[in-house]
Amino acid sequence: MAVVSREARVSRAPAVKLSLNRIMLWVVGLGVTALVVWRIAGTAALGLYGPDVWLMQTLNGLVQGSMYALVALGYTMVYGILLMINFAHGEIFMIGAMSGYFVLNGFHQSGFLASNPVPALLITFIVGMGVPPIVGVLLERIAYRPLRRAPRLVPLICAIGASFFLQQAVRLLFGIRTKVYPTVAVLSGSWTITVGEREMRIQHMSVLIIVITIVLMVALYLLVRKTKIGKAMRAVAEDKEAAALMGIDVDQVIMVTFAIGAILAGAAGVMWGLWYKQVIHTVGFIPGIKAFTAAVLGGIGNIPGAMLGGLFLGFVEAIAPTALDISTQLKDVISFGLLVIVLIFRPSGILGEVLTGKKA
Amino acid sequence: MKKWFVTLLVSALVLALLPVWAFAAPPAQIPEDKIEGKIYTLEPRETLSLVAAREFGNVLAFPAIVYFNNFAARKNPQLTLITDPNAVKQGDVILIPTADLVKAYLAGERIGPAKGDAPPDDPWGVVTVGPGEPVRIGFAAALSGAGVDVLGIDEKRGAELAVVDRPTLAGHPVELVVEDDLCSGEGGTAVANKFVADPTIVAVVGNMCSSSSIPASDIYERAGYTMVSPSSTAVAFTARGLRSANRVCWSDAIQGPAAAKFVYEKLGLRKVATIHDGSPYGEGLVNAFAEAFKAMGGEVVAQEAVSVGDTDMRPVLTKIGVNKPELIYFGGFVAEGAFLASQRADVGMENVIFMGADGIKAEDFIKSAGAAAEGVYASAADLATAGPGVNAFLAKYEATYGEKPPAPFHLHAYDAVNVIMDAIYHSAVQGPDGTLWIGREALNRAVRATTGYQGLSGVITCQPNGDCGTGTVAMSKVVNGQWVPAE
Repeated sequence: MAVVSREARVSRAPAVKLSLNRIMLWVVGLGVTALVVWRIAGTAALGLYGPDVWLMQTLNGLVQGSMYALVALGYTMVYGILLMINFAHGEIFMIGAMSGYFVLNGFHQSGFLASNPVPALLITFIVGMGVPPIVGVLLERIAYRPLRRAPRLVPLICAIGASFFLQQAVRLLFGIRTKVYPTVAVLSGSWTITVGEREMRIQHMSVLIIVITIVLMVALYLLVRKTKIGKAMRAVAEDKEAAALMGIDVDQVIMVTFAIGAILAGAAGVMWGLWYKQVIHTVGFIPGIKAFTAAVLGGIGNIPGAMLGGLFLGFVEAIAPTALDISTQLKDVISFGLLVIVLIFRPSGILGEVLTGKKA
Repeated sequence: MKKWFVTLLVSALVLALLPVWAFAAPPAQIPEDKIEGKIYTLEPRETLSLVAAREFGNVLAFPAIVYFNNFAARKNPQLTLITDPNAVKQGDVILIPTADLVKAYLAGERIGPAKGDAPPDDPWGVVTVGPGEPVRIGFAAALSGAGVDVLGIDEKRGAELAVVDRPTLAGHPVELVVEDDLCSGEGGTAVANKFVADPTIVAVVGNMCSSSSIPASDIYERAGYTMVSPSSTAVAFTARGLRSANRVCWSDAIQGPAAAKFVYEKLGLRKVATIHDGSPYGEGLVNAFAEAFKAMGGEVVAQEAVSVGDTDMRPVLTKIGVNKPELIYFGGFVAEGAFLASQRADVGMENVIFMGADGIKAEDFIKSAGAAAEGVYASAADLATAGPGVNAFLAKYEATYGEKPPAPFHLHAYDAVNVIMDAIYHSAVQGPDGTLWIGREALNRAVRATTGYQGLSGVITCQPNGDCGTGTVAMSKVVNGQWVPAE
């Protein structure tokens, strides 16, 4: 995991050997980077977009990136401990968004949301963050624990199956029609600021999403660094057998890891619903893929890496079509292209995959 | 004495019930050589509805007049072929069929099938429907997926009600085989491969989305299947010279320019931006719109695209906001449309008018976009030119499904099923034991020969390329959370 001590990181493979393959990759990478820089310079020279546009796109990207980052943390923590990609994590996110919808919509219909918006929102977040860990822990217990000693591919396939199962279960339980989050009056306002000669609007909700994300990230950091369970998690990530010999209940630690990842995904799900309004049983698919990309971008298994990767991915998605002056349709191409380029120069992600001595 | 009385009672009962039984029995089939009636020349200002009301006491009988007249007109050059029942004129010579024929038509019977002892030769193969076996018609639309499911469910209901109204075809039950194509190319081809692997599927109602219809039509073309799409409006669908591809809706080559004309002339706007969702439908529509708008002298200040499944539209809106468009024209579906409409205000574009097309004209759009839906425009089928029986259909729809139609294409789906059923009557051969042989090429010919069919969505007359719809487009606007006609 990310927070494993520095010493652990030293023991990775020696400096990459310069093979013909690598040199070619570098040439391709540098070429694409040069092209991007040239294109950005071209757009800047055009002078079409003022500072307000850049600021707005940055904000758009940070909000989107916050949600990617929260989901990415779940991928990266599970990978750090079990070395497996929990592909059902996007569905955990979806369950958070769905649970939040049912609570908030209930409050909306009973009028409680209008009369007491703050408690209503708090309860929505509590339920939205409370249901996913139950599903996440059950998933671990039923689908992954029996396969812990199986070859690495087996739990991966099982995770993909679990993802379909959860998606279709929600579809059958709650129907296929799109569900729409009610508008929350206290969150729908905005501040208007003047940048250059133009006015720009900052939604209250966007600031709230960034603040909640920062609070959750700090809480996670403190949990992993300062608490006993955090220490146990780090120990299990480093060496499961040794940790078990030291008296750590490995199963429990793995369960807690799944639960924490699910809580963060649930929070992201509720915020997704409040921000984008429409949720449906397939809502977790694309954010799941993007968050996985973000986790790999930052360095899979690395907690600060997932945070940074998520924010970076969201930022690039929002700003790149404008910066490169190309169609917004290509934003997914850009984000996955970015992943390729980063992996050419840093095969283990921006902050590096943290490998313990044993795994390396 | 008592015995005698009982016998009398039973006899009386049998005699009384005999006509009821005879009436309840399915009407006899209509053989080709039994098309009878009187030749009539229309008086000034006389419409077919008037004739139907006078002759049969039922306005809804006029499609029957068109049907039998057009059939007879092929053999009798004296008769006028009615291509548009709303545009008959004084001096047109028409055939007014007998009351029995009209009654049979209204009960769902059509001319045919021809009698025969052996299956016909057909280069595309023959579907054999044994005695008592159902005639199976495929149906493919998106029944799941954000923002498209509602359109597909609506179409499915339209098709189902068509089967409810005409449950049998020449003595065989009609069965709709429903598949979900997810509105994607992969889904469309998967369903098409499934249908062509099943030799009992006679024809296909679908697909809903052009994204599915276009790749699916290539598979149907190779297999000799005929498809009739209720709602694939992309220009490319019928522009490739395929015999399999037919549709009862308009082409976007009509819808796009109609929208452009509305924006330029009625709204009086000169600067627009366009966004499409990357689907063949969205892209084709937006291009048709932009070309027409530029040709009129308007300016298209930005042309952008998003992807199906995108949720964050603020970046694309921020980008086009720089060009200060007065209106955003969107080619795509409910989900992305609602994200665009509702996120406009977040980047200070709430005064920019949002306009879409038939892909967003659904109740779910208003639900999803909330207050931001207010004032949004969309083009869709013009129900003012729709056929008779729409009100009865809508009442039945509401009674069956407990809600008003949530999307625009239920009438077209209903018509697509009926066009196929009529074509089966016209092309099939029926054996002495009731076996129905349906030649696939003969069926295809019969679909393409549809002329002046008065459907619920309007008059359906197939062009040589497979465009059969009326092509009348009307503008709607959201006012107080409802789609209402925009003047």
